[in-house]
Amino acid sequence: MKAEPHISIRVYAVVFSVLIAFTLLTTGVAFIDLGGDLNTIAAITIAVCKALLVILYFMHVRYSDRLTWVFVGAGFFWLMILFTLTMSDALTRNWLVGPGSQ
Amino acid sequence: MSKVETVRSHQFDDTAQQHDASWTGMWVFLATEVMFFGGMFMGYILYRSDYSAAFASASNHLDVLLGSINTAVLICSSFTMALAVYSAQAGKRRALVSFLLLTMLLGVVFLGIKFSEYYFKFEEHLVPGSSFVYEERFARPAEIFFSFYFVMTGMHALHMIIGIGLLTYLVIKSLRGRFSLSYHTPVELIGLYWHFVDIVWIFLFPLLYLVGRHL
Repeated sequence: MKAEPHISIRVYAVVFSVLIAFTLLTTGVAFIDLGGDLNTIAAITIAVCKALLVILYFMHVRYSDRLTWVFVGAGFFWLMILFTLTMSDALTRNWLVGPGSQ
Repeated sequence: MSKVETVRSHQFDDTAQQHDASWTGMWVFLATEVMFFGGMFMGYILYRSDYSAAFASASNHLDVLLGSINTAVLICSSFTMALAVYSAQAGKRRALVSFLLLTMLLGVVFLGIKFSEYYFKFEEHLVPGSSFVYEERFARPAEIFFSFYFVMTGMHALHMIIGIGLLTYLVIKSLRGRFSLSYHTPVELIGLYWHFVDIVWIFLFPLLYLVGRHL
């Protein structure tokens, strides 16, 4: 994993272009009513794709050793523990009902 | 080789090991940053699931044009940061300094747009507190939305300001010729930090600006 310029400027430029295209796409799609929760799902999916591109290429993780992958994965894994355990509790109760809720 | 020796701390066998330790340490720090922002995202998810209609309504009061321009500005800055790291790895000092300065400039543009948005929100009485004004039926949950908006974008902006400070440090160090083909670890690590802050915004933008546009 020793730092060598393993990624060419061309790869960076392609990743950059895709990131800009995704930004236009996510903004455009937000104005179209896809129905149900599809707008939220589309927005999150595009954001995850953008984040993955930044992590894998701009942050060189694709070319890094296993130990780096472990820490990247740990961050994600504990975030998912936070989200799923909290929401599994919150969504299976009936509290916090007030104006503006659905 | 003597120059390489001077930047190696005595506890490491060689500079490669030193670099690996720094690189891994930075990722440990970023994992803690994920948890730091994760708490705020958790709060946002919870309240949005409870007050989805009010969040959609409040989201439409944000300026989607300024928000998307800022997203593009930040992606450009990540690109120039990646090119700065590339230049450092290739040992090109002048290119390194140029790309670092360009990254800082884009960071300042982002903060300028961000703070002008804050100014508009103060004028529109959308800042939580005693002067908050909103249509009756969504008033309280909309205030919650704007609390999340200001805290999350505010913490993000604070990270940007710290990032610009770190880039200033890199510019000074590289102008003094402290980085070379064999030693440029700080450039890589601060690059990681900058990209991380970009990723936080990649999620903040759709979650704050794009919630209710289709309604």
